Amino acid sequence: MSTLPSAARVVVIGAGIVGNSLVYHLARLGWKDIVQIEKGPLPNPGGSTGHASNFIFLTDHSREMTALTADSVEQYKEMGVFTQSGGIEVARTPERMEELKRRMASSRSWGIESELLTPAEVKALVPYVNTDVILGGFSTPGIGVVDSLRAGTIMRERAQALGALRLAPMTEVTGIDVEDGRVTRVRTDKGEFEADIVVIAAGVWSPRLAAMAGAAIPLTPAVHQMISVGPVPLFADTVGEIKYPIVRDMDTNCYERQHGGDLEVGSYAHRAILMDADEIPSIAESALSPTELPFTQEDFELQMEQALELVPDILGDERVGIRHAINGLLSLTPDGMPILGETPEVKGLWAAAAVWIKEAPGIARMVAQWMTDGKPEIDPHGSDIARFHAHQTTRQHVKARSAEGFNKTYGIVHPAEQWSSDRDVRLSPFNARERELGAVFFETAGWERPFWYASNEPLLEEYGERVMPRAAEWESRWWSPIINAEHLAMRDRVGMIDLSAFAIFDITGPGALEHVQRMAVAQMDVPLGRVVYTPLLNEAGGIKSDLTIMRLGRDHFRVVTGGAHGMGDRKWFRDHLPEDGSAQLYDSTSTWCTAGIWGPRARDVVASATSDDVSNEGFGFGTCRTIELGGIPVLASRISYVGELGWELYVPMEQGARLWDTLWEAGQPHGIVPFGIGVYGTTGRLEKGYRAHGAELELEFDLVEADMLRPKVKEAEFIGRTAYLEQRSRPAVATLCTLTVDDTTSASGVKRYMLGREPILTAAGGPITDARGRRSFVTSAGSGPSVGKHILLSYLPPEFAVPGTRLLVEYFGERYPVTVDVAGSTPLFDPDNARVRA
Amino acid sequence: MNVLVCVKRVPATAGKITLTADEQAIDTRYLGFTVSPHEECAVEEAVRIVEAQGGSSTVLTLGPEEATDQLREAMAVGIERAILLQTDGGEWSAVDTATAIADAVRAREAIEGPFDLILLGNEAADSGEYQVGIRVAVALDRPVVTGIKGLEVRDDAIVARREAAGGGWEVYELPRPAVVGVREGINLPRYPSVPGRLRARKKEVERIVPSRPSGAPTMIRLRVPVEQDSAVEILGEGPAAAPRVVEVLRRLGLIA
Amino acid sequence: MILVVVEHEGGAPERLSVEALALGREIAGTVGEPLQAVAWGPASAGISGPLAASGVAVLHVIEDPRLTDHAPEALGKALAQLIARDRPTAVIGTASDRSTEILAHATARTGLALTANCTEVRPGEPWQITRQRWGGSLLEEARLDGPIRCLTVAPHAMEPAVVPAGATVVVQPFTPELADRDLRVRITSRVPAEAGKISLADARVVVGGGRGVGSAEGFAELDELAALLGGTVGVSRVVTSAGWRPHAQQVGQTGTRIAPDLYIACGISGAIQHMVGARSAKAILAINTDRDAPMVTRATYAVIGDLHTVVPAIIEAVRAER
Repeated sequence: MSTLPSAARVVVIGAGIVGNSLVYHLARLGWKDIVQIEKGPLPNPGGSTGHASNFIFLTDHSREMTALTADSVEQYKEMGVFTQSGGIEVARTPERMEELKRRMASSRSWGIESELLTPAEVKALVPYVNTDVILGGFSTPGIGVVDSLRAGTIMRERAQALGALRLAPMTEVTGIDVEDGRVTRVRTDKGEFEADIVVIAAGVWSPRLAAMAGAAIPLTPAVHQMISVGPVPLFADTVGEIKYPIVRDMDTNCYERQHGGDLEVGSYAHRAILMDADEIPSIAESALSPTELPFTQEDFELQMEQALELVPDILGDERVGIRHAINGLLSLTPDGMPILGETPEVKGLWAAAAVWIKEAPGIARMVAQWMTDGKPEIDPHGSDIARFHAHQTTRQHVKARSAEGFNKTYGIVHPAEQWSSDRDVRLSPFNARERELGAVFFETAGWERPFWYASNEPLLEEYGERVMPRAAEWESRWWSPIINAEHLAMRDRVGMIDLSAFAIFDITGPGALEHVQRMAVAQMDVPLGRVVYTPLLNEAGGIKSDLTIMRLGRDHFRVVTGGAHGMGDRKWFRDHLPEDGSAQLYDSTSTWCTAGIWGPRARDVVASATSDDVSNEGFGFGTCRTIELGGIPVLASRISYVGELGWELYVPMEQGARLWDTLWEAGQPHGIVPFGIGVYGTTGRLEKGYRAHGAELELEFDLVEADMLRPKVKEAEFIGRTAYLEQRSRPAVATLCTLTVDDTTSASGVKRYMLGREPILTAAGGPITDARGRRSFVTSAGSGPSVGKHILLSYLPPEFAVPGTRLLVEYFGERYPVTVDVAGSTPLFDPDNARVRA
Repeated sequence: MNVLVCVKRVPATAGKITLTADEQAIDTRYLGFTVSPHEECAVEEAVRIVEAQGGSSTVLTLGPEEATDQLREAMAVGIERAILLQTDGGEWSAVDTATAIADAVRAREAIEGPFDLILLGNEAADSGEYQVGIRVAVALDRPVVTGIKGLEVRDDAIVARREAAGGGWEVYELPRPAVVGVREGINLPRYPSVPGRLRARKKEVERIVPSRPSGAPTMIRLRVPVEQDSAVEILGEGPAAAPRVVEVLRRLGLIA
Repeated sequence: MILVVVEHEGGAPERLSVEALALGREIAGTVGEPLQAVAWGPASAGISGPLAASGVAVLHVIEDPRLTDHAPEALGKALAQLIARDRPTAVIGTASDRSTEILAHATARTGLALTANCTEVRPGEPWQITRQRWGGSLLEEARLDGPIRCLTVAPHAMEPAVVPAGATVVVQPFTPELADRDLRVRITSRVPAEAGKISLADARVVVGGGRGVGSAEGFAELDELAALLGGTVGVSRVVTSAGWRPHAQQVGQTGTRIAPDLYIACGISGAIQHMVGARSAKAILAINTDRDAPMVTRATYAVIGDLHTVVPAIIEAVRAER
C-alpha cells in the first residue's frame, strides 16, 4: 500500500473524470502537494464515469455550458481521446422541428457549425434511421465520443509528471474535520492527514462527503437506463469505436449510438428513479459497479418500442441481442446545473460535482482558475454552489426538482418555464392581497412573485393594440398582454409592486465603510442617506454583480440585490470581510419586505399617506430615509429600475400587509395598478436600457463594454480596480447596444417576438464576431410598449455599434430586420431621465 | 417434439453477498434477478431443439409473482409458453419443488399429451442441491441423466454426454420421454433480441397455485464464510519478478 | 449404523469418497454406531483393505451381472433397497456427479430428503448441519430431520482421516431386486480423453487466464507455461462467454473445481463465482496489473504487472533452469 502523506496543500476526493481533470489543471497552474483520494481501484473506480456514454453534443441553450463543452472538446482532442462522429437530433413532431430551429439559432449564437436536415439527409448520414417517423434533424458535425477513462489516466499522469500529485486509490474517506469554519483534515480508512483545501469531486457520493463537513451539495443520484445490442451486422467492419453519427431521438428522450459492433440505446424518459447517496451499494456489494445497478426492464419497455420504430433495421434484427443492460447512476441537481465552487458553509471546502463527461475538463479548468486566483475565464455563476438558498438544499426540494427536471433532459424547455413542484416556499406578506387580485406567480429563489395580475385585464381594452398582443403560441407561453398593459398604466399613472424577493444584507462595524469601498466600483464614502447603484468586479475586472447600497449610518450599509443571485453576492461580501472582525455581515432578507411604487403620480400617492416631505427638493433622487406612511415607519429609497418617479419601501415583514393596504387605498384616487415582475424585469427595464446580471452582466464582459463607466475612478482601492483602469485605457471591442425590430412579421404573416439568446447577424446574414471571438447575440429581449417596438439588447463590435445600423436577428429559422437605436446605455425611453428625477 | 424447461429465479450475485438482518435471506436491495447459468443453457437447448425439430417449448418455474420476469426472459429468447407455479416467495425444499413440478406436468400432459423432454439446469445457483430433476423423473417414472454437456435428440431416443471424471465423455442413451439435467457449456446461450423482448412482454403466463408444502423449514440461518485476505507476498513488478517466481516454483516442488 | 457411498477406481476409493468416509467416521464416533460402506462394480471387494484405514467395519457390495457400467437409476434403486433393509442412521456420499445422483435416486424412492454439500454435521437433538450454498460463497446452518439422514459432503470440506490399522472389513454382497427397466439409463459408450491431456480437476498446476488475457490468441503464452510446468490451462467465465476457450476449461461455480498445488491466475480479477472454484488450490500466484484485485488480495504470491510481459519472462526463467 502506498502510504498517505500526513499533510497536503489540497486533497481532491474522487478519480472520475472531474477529479482527474481537476488535479491536472491544478498542477498546470503550479499547484504542488496535491493528494487525490479514491475509494475504488484505478483506472475505473466504479463511479458514473465508468459507465458513461461518453458522447458530446456541442449546443446547449446555456451559453456557459456551451462554452465549457467547447473547451472540453479541445482538451479531449489534445489528449487524442476524441473521435469525431457527428451527431443529429431528430424531430418526430412539428413542435420539435420548431425547437430544432431554436437550437439552430443557439448554435449560431455560440458559434457552432450546425445545420437542419431533411429526413432523407438524415438517412444519408445514418442509414439505419427510419425516415417515416421523423420530420427532420439538427446536425452538428463536430459532435463525437471520448474515452473518458483514458483521458482521466492521461491527466493524472501529467499531474504526476509535474511532481504535483500523489494518488491514494482504494482509500475511503471517513471524515472531514472543520475548525473555526475552515477545513483542516481528511480522515480515511488508511489514515488521516491535514489539508488546507479539500475538493469534493465524488459524483453521486458528493452529498455524503459534504455532510461529513457540515456542508450541503444538493444533488441526488438518479437512474439513467441503457442497453447495448449487438453484434450489428452493419457495424461489422467498423474500425474503432464509432463511424455513424449519434442520434438523439428528442421526442422519446432516447439516444442511439454506435459502440464498436454494438448499438447503445439510452433513455432519460422513464420515471425518475432517485436514490440517496447513502443507498448506493459499496464496491464489494455491487454486482457490476456501485453505479451500475440491475436493469429494470419494466421501466424501459416503452422506450424499446420507440427505439425500434426509429432504428428498425438494427433493433428489429432477431440476430441482434441485448448484450448489456444497466440502470446507471448519474447526478441530478434541482436546477439541472453543476455544483461548483467553495461551499458557503466551510472555508477551503470546494465542490465539483454533477458534471457530465462533455463539460468536465472545461469545468475543471475553470474551477482550477477559480481556486488559484478567483478569476475563472468563464463565468460560473449558473453553477456556483453558493447560488442555493437554504430551502433549496433540503432533501425534499432536491428530489422534487430533480425528478421534474429529469424528463426535461431532452425536453423543449421554454426560457420562462416555471417549475410545478415544491412551490409556495417563500411568501411575502402581500401574498394574500395578491391572490385576491388574481396574481399569476413565477418563482425566484423560492419566492412567489406576481408576474401579472388578472385583475388588470380591463386595461387591455383601455390600451388596445398598444399592448402588442402575441399570436404565436411560443411567445405567448408564460406571458400575458396584461404585462404590457400594466406597463402602460404605470407609465401613465402609478403602479405598485412586490419586491420582497430582494436579498438584503447589513454591513456594520467600524470597518464597514472600508469593506464596502473595497467591494464596490462606485464611491461609497457618501453622506448618510444616500443610495448608490454599483457594479462589483472580480480581480480580473469581470462583472461579478450589480446592486444598490444604502448608507444608513456612519458604520452601517445596507446591500440590496436580486433574490436569484443573492446567495452568491452574500458569499462574495462575506469572503472579503476584514480579517480583524471590524465589519460584520448580517443577512436581513427575512426581516424586510419591500414594495415599490413608481409612476408620474407616485409622489401624489405617497404624499397623501404621509406628513413627511417627499417633494423632489425634500427627498431627492438617490437618497433614502425613514418616513411615516400610514402610521408605520417605512424606509423609503428613491431609485428606480423602471425609469419612473418613485420609491422602494421597506418595512418589517409583519407590517407588510399594512403597507400594502396603505398604498392601495392612497392610490385609488390616482388610478394605481398593481404590476408584476413582467414589467419590472423586462419591459420597464429594457425601455430604459438597464442591464441585468446574468443577462448582460457576466464575468466575460466589462464595464466599458456594458457602457457603465463613471466619469471618475475613485481613489479608494476596490476589487478589480487595476483591471478596470486598464479596461478604461483601451477602446472597447464591443458595446452593449439597444436594438429594435423593424418588422416582426414572419413569412407566414404572424408577428413573432424574440425572447433572448438569438443570434444577431449582419445585413447580409453573416455572423458577427468581436475581436475577442465572441459572437453577437441577444442578451435580453422584450416588449417596449411605450416605444411601440420589440426591444433587443446585444453586444456589438464597434463597426456595428452605430445608431441606425441595419442588422438581422434569426428566430425560429427566419430572419427579421433590426436597427441599432442606441449604442451604449442611453435609454430608448425618456433618454434624459427627466421622469425619474421629477 | 414438446420440450419443457424448468428454471428458478435467483439473485444475480457477483460482488460480496450480504444478508438481511435476520440472516434468513440474501439482501437483494442492489441485486437483479436471473436464473442459474445451467438453466440459461437449458433454455437455449430447448429453443434449439424446437427450432431444429419443430414442436413446442414451455418454460416453468416455481416461485413468486416476480418470477414471471424470468419466464419472460426465457420467452424473449424463443420459448413459446410459460407456467408459473405461484408461491408466496418462501423457499421450497427440493422434495416439495419436485412434487409440485411433477403434479403440474401430469396435469398438463393429461390435456395436451406428454412432454418428450423435460430439461432442467443441473443444479440451481443458490441451493445447489442437484436432485430436483431426478425427483421429478422418479415421480413421473421417466429416465433421467444429469450433468449433461451434450444432447442429441433422435426419433426414438435421447443421446446425452457427460464429462467423465478423468477426462473424456460418458455417453448415455435414454428412451423418450426423458428428463435431462444440463450443465453450462452445453451451448452458448443467445442474448434476447429487442423484438423477442417485446413479444415476451405481451405473452400470457399461466399461473397455477401448487399445494403448500407441509414440512417445517429446516434452515436456521445463513452466514457468509470468512474469506480472509491472505498475507500475499508480492514477488515484484513486471518481468523483473520472474526469478522470484522460479524460486516459488522450486519451493513447491514444481520444477526440479 | 452410518452408511457411506464409496466410489472407487483402480482398487482404491476415490479421494472425495475418502473425505466422505472421514465425515462418516466422525459421525459414527459421536453417535456410537458402526461405520459401513457401500460400493458397486466388479472390483469392489478389492477396496476393503484401503477402507480399513477409514474405519469401515462392513462393506456392502451391490452385485448384479447387468451392472457392467455406471447405471445411476439401477444403483439408486439398489441403494434404496439397502437403506430400507438396514435403516441406517445416516447415509453419506460425496457431492460428485455419481454419488449425488445415486443418493438422489435412492432418497426419491424412499421418500427421504437429501441435504447436499455439507461441510459440517453435528449430531444431537436435533442434528444440525452446515452446508454450502452458492457454490460455497454462502453457508447455511440447518436442522437435519428425518428418520434416516441423507447428505452429501462438499468436496474438500474434510481431510481424509486415517485410523490405526488392524481392523478388518467384512465384505457383504448385496443383491438388489432390479427389473431390466431399471437399467434403461446406463453408459452405452465412452469417448476417451485426448491422449496426454491433463484433466483440470486433477492437475498439479493450473495456469488460469481471465479477461486480462484480452483475446483467444493471448492464451498462447499461458498454454506454453502450462505445458512447461506439466499443468493445464483453466479460464474464467468471461473467457468462455467470449468464446476464447471451451467451457471445459472453465474454473468456478458452474465450471470445474480445481485443487492444484499451484494456481497461477493471470489477468483474473477474482469474481466470487470464480474463487469458489479455485479455493481448494494449495497456493495461488496472481499476475495482475491491479494490486487491489480480489484475486491478488486472496493470493499467496503475486506479481504486479501485465501478464503479457510477465508470463514470457517466467517461461524464459524456467527454461533457463533446465
